[in-house]
Amino acid sequence: MVASATDGGGAKPLPLLSIGATPSPLVRSGLQVSSLLIPLLLWTVISALELVDGKFLPSPAAVLESLASMAREGILFQDIVASTGRVFAGFFLATLVAVPLGICMGVYPAICALCEPLIAMLRYMPAAAFIPLLIIYLGIGEEPKIALIFLGTVYFNVLMVMDAVKFVPKELIETTLTLGGRGRQVLVQVVARYSLPSIIDTLRINIATSWNLVVVAELVAAEVGLGKRIQLAQRFFRTDQIFAELIVLGLIGFAIDMGFRLLLRLSCRWAL
Amino acid sequence: MELQVRHLGKTFGSGQHRKEVLRDISFALRSGEFLSLVGSSGSGKSTILRLIAGLEQPSSGQVRVDGQAVQGPGPDRGMVFQKYSLYPWLSAAENVAFGMRLQGLPQRDINERTAYFLEVVGLQDAARKLPRELSGGMQQRVAIARTLATNPKVLLLDEPFGALDLQIREAMQDFLLQLWQRTGLTVLLITHDVEEALVLAQRVHVLAPHPGRIVSTVEVDLDKSDLNQLRLSPAFLEKRRTLAGVLRQLEPALV
Repeated sequence: MVASATDGGGAKPLPLLSIGATPSPLVRSGLQVSSLLIPLLLWTVISALELVDGKFLPSPAAVLESLASMAREGILFQDIVASTGRVFAGFFLATLVAVPLGICMGVYPAICALCEPLIAMLRYMPAAAFIPLLIIYLGIGEEPKIALIFLGTVYFNVLMVMDAVKFVPKELIETTLTLGGRGRQVLVQVVARYSLPSIIDTLRINIATSWNLVVVAELVAAEVGLGKRIQLAQRFFRTDQIFAELIVLGLIGFAIDMGFRLLLRLSCRWAL
Repeated sequence: MELQVRHLGKTFGSGQHRKEVLRDISFALRSGEFLSLVGSSGSGKSTILRLIAGLEQPSSGQVRVDGQAVQGPGPDRGMVFQKYSLYPWLSAAENVAFGMRLQGLPQRDINERTAYFLEVVGLQDAARKLPRELSGGMQQRVAIARTLATNPKVLLLDEPFGALDLQIREAMQDFLLQLWQRTGLTVLLITHDVEEALVLAQRVHVLAPHPGRIVSTVEVDLDKSDLNQLRLSPAFLEKRRTLAGVLRQLEPALV
């Protein structure tokens, strides 16, 4: 007789750090909230006790105040519009090129053989190293910034879309052919459609890179933008502004990520 | 309709990696017939089906449908695979409609035929379900309905029930036989399951492996009004034993 296994009403949960253990929803939410709350708490304590000079580590209140004043003056909104505009423009162009090209490379080995070596090499040329060339070619307006974001993400997008396409079951493509489907119908209605969840996920991961690059682009030549504001703040030793802009960068990035997750949920319920 | 397979041969690779998969395969299939090809793995049975479907090109010989040589895949030869047979983002009804949509049929015809063929396979109540909400057997029935909806001259089945549990497999065999008896389909079934071939087909070609070739042909003239009884009848069991023996002799190393 095994008495201990049945009394107590339920199985004892595994220790949290054993492999295969899943925390209860309550514990999980608690951990997720702590993930943000603990650093915030540490920050508050350190600046309250003045362990670090306030010039180097502004207090949360100071950062909040700086954020509010930038919002009041309208520069925060201006910066956000400028930076996100650049990210979306560059990333949109990269997606426009990468999705069709990646699908074709995944489906047609000949196109893959033609493009993959070049892309594999271009991918290892740091996008930031193209900035001088882009300025020479395109000047110092919006074009070089958008081009930088395009260059920094297009190759990764192509290769990851190509990989996603290779997971389309051969049987599904062949079934379509025996049902009378032609080349374009197979590519658009079956290959692209089947890969859509992976493609959305690829974009979600890679847009983070564009978000990094927009700051780099603005450090070089810009009037407005979150990255530009950070650079200006450094000149005036406004660490509170730098912190505020960093937090805004993080929050927008997080929102974009959530946006892609939502898109995935809405458009590909069959895959979840 | 007549499907003719003439002296079909298939070799993959070249030089040292050359591998002859099929040698001199010939048979014919006429309207309303149910033919099965039985063989172990390595007998090239799936390759025969792919050549007929036009998904591969033969190295020698040819496949003809009504005298016309097969050039590539087309809806006159409908195919049902063992796995991944449905579009996972489409409901059962949308899956059935998909082939007709590819061919640009008028929407009214598509709706009518979709409803009709869902009913033929007994899934009118599952029309709006996604494939993942259907059992394996139901999924294969949707796949068969989708193929039938495009009005093929011959239905090519590549181990369609191979991934199903035994009980569901037998139920699906009953279903397919009734479908064939009711609609006068022309069917070519590939299987490694001797019993499945005998239960369903009128004629069974046995394939030997390495390279794949037809070594014997069995006519199945049994009473198929009750399959459960058939499966246990002495005449059936005798045929099954003989056929299994032939297959076993072809591959003594496996026993």
